Amino acid sequence: MGIHRGHKARPGEWLAEKFIFLVSLSAILMVLLIFLFVAREALPVFLGQTNTALVQKPIPPVEMDKHSPAELQAYLELTPDQYAKMNKATLRSLMDVKVEAQDDVPEDFRNDPDAKINTTEWKYLVDSHKWSGYDKPEYIWQPVGQIKKFNIIPLFVGTLKITLIGLLFAVPLAVGAAIYVSQLARPRVREIVKPAIELLSGIPSVVVGVFALLVMATVLQSIFHYQTRLNAFVAGIALGFAVIPVIFSIAEDALTSVPRAYTQGALALGASRWQTAWQIVLPAALPGVFAAAVLGFGRAIGETMIVLMVCSASVMSWSIFDSARSITTTIAAEMAEAVNGGPHYRILFMLGALLFAATFVSNMIGDFVIHRFKLKLEGKR
Amino acid sequence: MKKFAILLAATTLAASAFAGNITVKGSDTLVILAQKWAEVYMGQHTDVKIQVSGGGTGTGFAALQSQTTDLCDASRKAKGAEIAGCLKAFAARPTEYKVALDGLSVYVNPENPLKELTVAQVGDIFTGKIKNWKEVGGADAPITVYSRENSSGTYEFFKANVLMGKDFAASAQTMPGTAAIVQAVVKDKNGIGYGGAAYGGSSKLLSIKKTDTSPAIAPNEETVVNGTYPIWRHLFVYVDPAKDKGEIAAYLTWIRSDEGQKYVKDIGYYPLPKNLRSN
Repeated sequence: MGIHRGHKARPGEWLAEKFIFLVSLSAILMVLLIFLFVAREALPVFLGQTNTALVQKPIPPVEMDKHSPAELQAYLELTPDQYAKMNKATLRSLMDVKVEAQDDVPEDFRNDPDAKINTTEWKYLVDSHKWSGYDKPEYIWQPVGQIKKFNIIPLFVGTLKITLIGLLFAVPLAVGAAIYVSQLARPRVREIVKPAIELLSGIPSVVVGVFALLVMATVLQSIFHYQTRLNAFVAGIALGFAVIPVIFSIAEDALTSVPRAYTQGALALGASRWQTAWQIVLPAALPGVFAAAVLGFGRAIGETMIVLMVCSASVMSWSIFDSARSITTTIAAEMAEAVNGGPHYRILFMLGALLFAATFVSNMIGDFVIHRFKLKLEGKR
Repeated sequence: MKKFAILLAATTLAASAFAGNITVKGSDTLVILAQKWAEVYMGQHTDVKIQVSGGGTGTGFAALQSQTTDLCDASRKAKGAEIAGCLKAFAARPTEYKVALDGLSVYVNPENPLKELTVAQVGDIFTGKIKNWKEVGGADAPITVYSRENSSGTYEFFKANVLMGKDFAASAQTMPGTAAIVQAVVKDKNGIGYGGAAYGGSSKLLSIKKTDTSPAIAPNEETVVNGTYPIWRHLFVYVDPAKDKGEIAAYLTWIRSDEGQKYVKDIGYYPLPKNLRSN
């Protein structure tokens, strides 16, 4: 498609159009590349190629010659290229390292039944398991230590818990504020309130996090008297502050763009301003308001810093006054120390891929619902 | 992707070819100390440039393998997979240098009447086996446990040597840094946390008993350096042995000399005992 206004596009316009097209194309390409990168790093987990069993039987270095090059290459996790470049002494050191790693396993863990488990199998990733030392099957995320436990369920529960609290807090407030500002407020009040709320989005999330950590946590604890000072509730409320400006500005735009004729018609028929706002304008702007909430959800589920500062214990619990750990927090906090290419690193990328998929699906649903709403409103269905 | 990698490698090569340019990367625990050393050393040797960055021990080892850094700061020993990575990258094990000592203290709220715990009791508190202060002779109140992110070398060390490899309680609050732990413990009168002694601030540092019968030892320079305080660790610098000559070797020697070790205490860690300084 080009610019068709009844005349041929001038060269400058043509160039500008193509340039904009290229930019948008590169954005799509970028998203695709990022996704491919994340998926590639996570692939070994999906294919079940990682093994975290603590006790494995190493090949003694003296038996090196008894094994075929292909076996050795697989055992030492080398690419054919790397293998070709290795000299014998280096290969031997690599084998020594494997033996040393086994020798380093503390005595207590040698006979632990868990030590033979490959904890990156799907059943350990998503289902509870009765680990030794625990009384009952549990969902545990403890990726560092002798027996690495990578159950991702607590992280999903934590993410949903915090996001939902944040949205439950933010959506009514933000939409209410949007209705007030766009429909009820006098122009002078609107000129102060609107920029003030939008200014909230200018506060870096680290600052919101510190504020929540030092002030809000204490205040909320003194009001609600729960036991854990830093919990999902505090994180959710703090998250709400980050999400409010996003929802507010989109919802306010949607409400303002409802044709004046609707409002004028309603007022002329004798409806009060409140009735007009609540029963005429809000329903008409509902798709936009819904879009605001969906985008707010996207912002909330992707927010890292606030949750990282306020609470991050991977407890498997739906109680809002227990702590929680979100997926983004986990990735941000653990990626730096994970051994590159190791199981922990791969699982973190897998979490990233799942998060990507989750936001993608939620945006798709949002888009679909908005489309349906629009058709309905315009009376085309 | 590949082109970018080549470009990156080329610029790094160009950078390391420049005489007297040393890059240091790795542990966040060590980054302040490494910066201090670099600053002082560069002041004395104006022809040497040292670039220090953090990012974590794992990041440091990754950079050591991709040869984008000369020195890797580490708050823990290299893991098997990391040594294997180095062997694949430059056909040699990285050389390990011990550069400082760190004593880990156990913090509680200043109002907590408790003065001492055994290592085993500390372990049981952090695994969640002991849930109430009265079980260890304190007030009748539930214990709130504050821990570090599992990316921290401190977390790993504590898990291996105090919890004896057992899992931290799921309810343990994970804090982004030692300062945040101290902050939380000071605000929470039932809190307990751990970290470097120097970060203790206005929290109370518990004395630690190795066993039920041994004396309680308070963490300070003397007890950490002579090894009587039971919870301590080494901090390391790793280097590719092929690069361990010239400027880099001189810098590493200086770090572990009396002169270099003088600055360790300013940052809150403890100098190496004399017998460990040359290896």
